[in-house]
Amino acid sequence: MKTSNNNGMSRRHFMNHLAMGGATTLGATHFLSNLEANAAQVSRDQKACILVWLGGGAPTIDMWDLKPGSKNGGEFKPISTKGDLQISEHLPKIAQEMDNLSVIRSLSTREADHMRGRYYMHTSYVPNPTVVHPTFGSVASYELGSKRKELEIPAFVSIGGGGMSPGFLGMTHAPFVVDNRGQIQNANMDGMNKQRLGQRLQMLGTIEDGFIKSGRGEAGQAHKDVYKKAINLMTSDQMNAFKAADEPAEVREMYGDTPFGNTLLMSRRLVQQGVPFVEVQFPGSWDLHNNVFATLKDQRLPLLDSGISGLVKDLKQRGMLEHTTIVVMGEFGRTPRINQNVGRDHWATSWSALIGGGGLQGGRAIGETDADGLRIVSESYLPGDLWATVSHSMRIPLNTVHTSKRGRPMKLANGGQPIQDLIG
Amino acid sequence: MLRVSNPIRFAKRRIVLVASLALVVQVALGTPVQADTEFTTGSADPLIEFINQQIGQTWEDNEVKPSAVAEDAEWIRRVYLDIVGRIPSASEVKTFLDDEDAAKRSKMVDALLANPDFVRNYTEVWTNLLIGRNTPDRTSRAGLQKFLRESFARNRPWNEIVYDLTTAEGHFEENGAVNFILAQLQGNVNSEDYHVEATAKLTRVLLAMQVQCTQCHNHPFNEWKQNQFWEFNSFFRQTRRMDHDKYDPETGQNEDDYSELAYRDFSGPVYYEMRNGLVQVAYPKFFDVEVSPTAPNRREELGKLMAYDDPNHTVARAMVNRTWAHFMGYGFTRPIDDMGPHNPASHPELLDRLGEEFVKSGYDVKQLIRWVCNTEAYNLTSTFGKHNDYDNPAAGEVPLFSHMYVKTMNAEQLYDSLLIATNAHKSGAGNFAQVEQQRERWLQDFLRIFGGNEEDEPTMFSGSIPQALLMMNGPLVEKAISAEKGGYLHTVLSNPQFRSDNNRVQALFVSALGRIPTRYELSKLVGAINSNRDKLAAYQDLYWALLNSNEFIVNH
Repeated sequence: MKTSNNNGMSRRHFMNHLAMGGATTLGATHFLSNLEANAAQVSRDQKACILVWLGGGAPTIDMWDLKPGSKNGGEFKPISTKGDLQISEHLPKIAQEMDNLSVIRSLSTREADHMRGRYYMHTSYVPNPTVVHPTFGSVASYELGSKRKELEIPAFVSIGGGGMSPGFLGMTHAPFVVDNRGQIQNANMDGMNKQRLGQRLQMLGTIEDGFIKSGRGEAGQAHKDVYKKAINLMTSDQMNAFKAADEPAEVREMYGDTPFGNTLLMSRRLVQQGVPFVEVQFPGSWDLHNNVFATLKDQRLPLLDSGISGLVKDLKQRGMLEHTTIVVMGEFGRTPRINQNVGRDHWATSWSALIGGGGLQGGRAIGETDADGLRIVSESYLPGDLWATVSHSMRIPLNTVHTSKRGRPMKLANGGQPIQDLIG
Repeated sequence: MLRVSNPIRFAKRRIVLVASLALVVQVALGTPVQADTEFTTGSADPLIEFINQQIGQTWEDNEVKPSAVAEDAEWIRRVYLDIVGRIPSASEVKTFLDDEDAAKRSKMVDALLANPDFVRNYTEVWTNLLIGRNTPDRTSRAGLQKFLRESFARNRPWNEIVYDLTTAEGHFEENGAVNFILAQLQGNVNSEDYHVEATAKLTRVLLAMQVQCTQCHNHPFNEWKQNQFWEFNSFFRQTRRMDHDKYDPETGQNEDDYSELAYRDFSGPVYYEMRNGLVQVAYPKFFDVEVSPTAPNRREELGKLMAYDDPNHTVARAMVNRTWAHFMGYGFTRPIDDMGPHNPASHPELLDRLGEEFVKSGYDVKQLIRWVCNTEAYNLTSTFGKHNDYDNPAAGEVPLFSHMYVKTMNAEQLYDSLLIATNAHKSGAGNFAQVEQQRERWLQDFLRIFGGNEEDEPTMFSGSIPQALLMMNGPLVEKAISAEKGGYLHTVLSNPQFRSDNNRVQALFVSALGRIPTRYELSKLVGAINSNRDKLAAYQDLYWALLNSNEFIVNH
């Protein structure tokens, strides 16, 4: 939980004070209310989403939508779960949490190229040469981040990997990328004492204020504002949210105490701090053109199983699951047909994603594929429908429209509709 | 503490300052302005007068008064950033300020256009426009850069460059022009969508036409109809990428070899579906000019029409608009690459005339730049006030160019400017190859964090926390403020000419911001340095502050 600094002026406030420049003197009331805001507990019912990204495209036919008895069925058997559906035998811990999670089994997304699929599943839009659409985390940052005044760390954190573009929403809403130990590039303050930083910021203030006063428009002030945020971040106590290693051993154990488990634990700490969107990259590729079953059974699935089940349990215990939506997916599924290398290739026609928390219905299988997994035999869903569902549970109004830099209106989640069986 | 010796003489600058102050006073008092005779860069080109008169007319029509002419220090930094992509070094600033030639601005424009850094800068700008900052798979950035570098170095006519970009075929390194279209061709060659991105990108970047919306439907508010997209699309149907692999005996696997833009057998019309489900047919057609579907090479036909046979000079007008925006911050239309009857230009007669003159000049890119940089508008200060605060395109107003608009440096400008200000790439570095390697490494880091969207308007400030962190704590600035031998800070602190704190502070200001400090800044900052026991640290902190300031990162 949040630790607050009791001995008067915290480091952050000291810096903040300096960053505002010598000319500004904070009124006593202002200063006091600042302190209070800082000390305020982050309300636990703030909505959030954790996206666990299975880069490369996971063989969801071996995980969430098994086809026993089909030539495409592969080596794994389905097992019963606490929900009203079966999943892979190699995900036994998740099976125990399936009353809280559902599987969308009828995604049909047409983009079977890694880059295009990754773009489509993150943005709800197919790539277009004239506009860069925001990844959904940037949308959440844009819609919710600015309303959380007490949040000093960025509203969209991406752990362990690249992260997509904020597109026309602008770099303010870009994913804030940290590695899987929570290290932030260039934010290390160890070599710098506060007098030194203070001196720098004071000099900076002198130069910047002169430029702002020279009457050249908004850029000068905008620059100063971003620096203020960066300094707040460097000196914020909320940075502790990145330190999963601070958690007691038994909590880390719950997530499997693996690097992946620790990134999920970090995501819980960030959500607890008020971050509305966290994306976690699964370490290791799911692009299994060869040797799919052994790789899943021995490597990928055990990691995923302990990590996701731990996350669900932990969020539930803390009363956070109601407010935190979990999505587990990659850019597409993999071919029902098993190739000559005992692998599965790219497949976007009929595949599955795991979704739960955030007040959504758990334990359900949404949609259906045929006995061989080749076709969808129910209503099918697009990424826009998935993100509209997440928007619904995050209370982002579905009629939200953003405007591209060229003035084109862009509907939230590409106009997708929440999946009724999940929100009902 | 204070010494009299002043190694950088700013006497000249002060005179200019007084002169421009006088101008401000004159304008403020409403003295009858002797139109168009007051300001000149020294260029004798009659077209400049026409441009000034056209722009001046819109000031009058909109009842704004232009800002003063920029001081030399402000202007020299701007023109370096715009033409050669980096700030001037301290000695380059000094040389210019000391120059007493009345025509020094127009001479500086000529000198910068002859500088090899112009070629490097324009190559970088156009590479980003044509294929983006992240090179698509199996596309040769180096190949495209070589083509552009050679073209700009020889100042090839723009229509010839456009012709090559439109029609090129072959190996992606041997004929680098192919990479523009190659970069837009991904996925299944037989898909109806295979040529969609190439169609949209080429028409937008080279013709300033936004036809991409009409891929799926008639445009809601302009005259482009759905057929037009597919008519353009028809020109690309005989085109495909060919990716060649080679066997690597060491790994036993096939690996990427080279790619080429190749001919694809196609002679039919293009079929597309309307919203109501009706299937329509489209033939290759450039505006009103129909091209026979049996033409042996449709892209060649398109290239000829665009580059040589277009009575409307669409290619020229698109380039004029883009060039104007590159230097002024805004073009004559917003966005700059959406021109047409549905989106009227802010200065239509000026745009027409510049387009005609550009064609008459033989599509001379350098001449076009010369015209823009010698205008009164380009030479105004970016400071504005009550008399022209209405001229605020950032708030959605039509740009009147009554003051310079502040632009944010892009990643490449920022990086190269940091090097100039600090000698960071030279301090402690070894040979040329090592220096280049270091540049590449740093630039990668910079581009990842600063890269962003190449479609942003240059006037938009879109800073982020990681960018600020990189500037505050990143290795480049750390190196820049180290007092290592060879670095600028070391040069200043060890130079016997700069013995007083005043001189030193001034020198650091000139190097980073291209100007001397104001009296207030000087007293405040020298005071801070004096109160510090560790003087070296204090100077490092000052240079840190200068490089991290808003004034450093914007081009004003």
